Amino acid sequence: MIFHQLYRPLEALRVFWLGLMLVTVAPVQAQFRVEVSGIGLNQLPIAVSAFRGEDSAPQKIAAIVQADLERSGQFRAVDSSGVALDELSRPDVTVWRQRGADSLVSGSVTRLADGRYDVRFRLWDVVRGQDLGGQSYAVTPADLRLAAHRIADFIYEKLTGDKGVFSTRIAYVTKAAQRYQLWVADADGENSQSALASPEPIISPAWSPNGSQLAYVSFESRKPVVYTHDVVTGKRRLIANFRGSNSAPAWSPDGRTLAVTLSRDGGSQLFAIDAAGGEPRRLAQSSGIDTEPAYSPDGKSIYFVSDRGGAPQIYKIPSLGGAAERVTFTGSYNISPAISPDGRWLAYISRVSGVFRLHVMELATGAVNAVSDTSADESPSFAPNSRLIVYATQQQGREVLMTTTLDGKIKARLSGQSGNIREPDWGPFQKQ
Amino acid sequence: MNRFLLAFFASLLIAGCASSVKLDSVPVEDRAVTTLPQAGAAAEGTGSGVGKGGVTSVDIGKSVPPAAVPAGPRVVYFDYDSYVVKPEFQSIIEAQSRFIKADKGRKVVIEGHTDERGGREYNLALGQKRAEAVRSALGLLGVFDNQVEAVSFGKEKPAAQGMDEAAMAKNRRAEISYR
Repeated sequence: MIFHQLYRPLEALRVFWLGLMLVTVAPVQAQFRVEVSGIGLNQLPIAVSAFRGEDSAPQKIAAIVQADLERSGQFRAVDSSGVALDELSRPDVTVWRQRGADSLVSGSVTRLADGRYDVRFRLWDVVRGQDLGGQSYAVTPADLRLAAHRIADFIYEKLTGDKGVFSTRIAYVTKAAQRYQLWVADADGENSQSALASPEPIISPAWSPNGSQLAYVSFESRKPVVYTHDVVTGKRRLIANFRGSNSAPAWSPDGRTLAVTLSRDGGSQLFAIDAAGGEPRRLAQSSGIDTEPAYSPDGKSIYFVSDRGGAPQIYKIPSLGGAAERVTFTGSYNISPAISPDGRWLAYISRVSGVFRLHVMELATGAVNAVSDTSADESPSFAPNSRLIVYATQQQGREVLMTTTLDGKIKARLSGQSGNIREPDWGPFQKQ
Repeated sequence: MNRFLLAFFASLLIAGCASSVKLDSVPVEDRAVTTLPQAGAAAEGTGSGVGKGGVTSVDIGKSVPPAAVPAGPRVVYFDYDSYVVKPEFQSIIEAQSRFIKADKGRKVVIEGHTDERGGREYNLALGQKRAEAVRSALGLLGVFDNQVEAVSFGKEKPAAQGMDEAAMAKNRRAEISYR
């Protein structure tokens, strides 16, 4: 039974994607598919009823909302077929209780005279028979998906108490033939827009704290160089192009400073550079490799990878420089630290028995969990609400992106059609 | 409202610049979303826009073409997890050092590479170690430091595809490249 509940909506989704591809005339964009695997213990059962009028709209709002909620790991979709509802209907709660739903979403999509769409919805607690509120959005056809993500955010926050991340964006890199592209996409991987195309590799994209810029490493001049890039205007700024390699940009939480790895003085070493450009100042000194800096959310510490002890481990230092303190103690290869925005968790990649797996450490206790069963995980990045991690891995020889809950129980794959997808970075909450 | 006007005009400008990505949805309203009245009541209220910034695409175009190079091998291979230039590659280093020293204006870049196992940034640092090992070996033979730059491509530019040891051994390398 559980599998029926789990997979029926997915079939509906596939049909939906197919329809989308047929009507999409925009340039080829990676079309993503959600594959939820695993079952959480405390998922909230929710019915997302088809929105009245969405059949004649370019996007099927209910399907997008449902996929968002399922991907979060906090919700389980309940069959909503056979009942016509909109935001004005008072639902027969006994019907929904019998189907096992605790909550119900209903709504409508109406085309306005100016070509925009009016999207409305209402959320019901069908256990208590309570109206939990609703909203309306008047949007252009291009923003219908965003309206659906905002609805999912409203529902998520109302029912879990945490802010939703469905209307945020992720950046990632694709490689197809010998073409590298940096993309900005919705958190569900859809609606991707190209920010940069290059014949040479692009790695390590990092969102600025206000979500307006990406820092990254580009090899376009046949060596690694760090740029920042305003995604709206496309304006780029050269941040670090010193002798040797320049890499691993990380923004300070106030957006004023970038920590980078430079080899200009020999070896890969950590420096801080003003985000407006300027002379780098050294953050740490070692005779080996120091790289992959990541600021703590309070800005006081920088986590990084160093082989100063003989093998790569994660350390931290005060962000203005100072003595290093070792953070990871198990295993002989721990890299790519990411700190959750709430400061509680450290995600990183650990090599265990020759395979590279995503691990999550609770910083207060030092307790570590492996949260994947794949073997080539890379580049973890936390959602801004600290509830999901996006990371790169390989499946059937292809590079793919996954999201996972912190306990590893619910995973979803964001899988494009063309080329390999890698180097994800989850952007901040967007200002509405 | 000013920043929205600004964003609007900026977008007009960009749209005029033949960018390859369509700029959808210029934000035109900044009102908060309207909360619907209770069910049963007439659902009036004007919904607000949920606009967001578009993304402008930048295209780098072609790579820089490589310069003319001397004859003979220019690649040094390394053992797994090692940065030691093995004795069998000393002859390559010596031949290249003679070529570099013959012209003080000659610029050479040592490009370090790794196999495909592990993280991109950590491999970039490992490749840097290999490149710097070759630079040091050239320095010991009297090549001026200002003629040689050591950079890394990490695992981004494998010479051979595949995860077998033969392919990976071909990827753990430093290439001496002239620009």
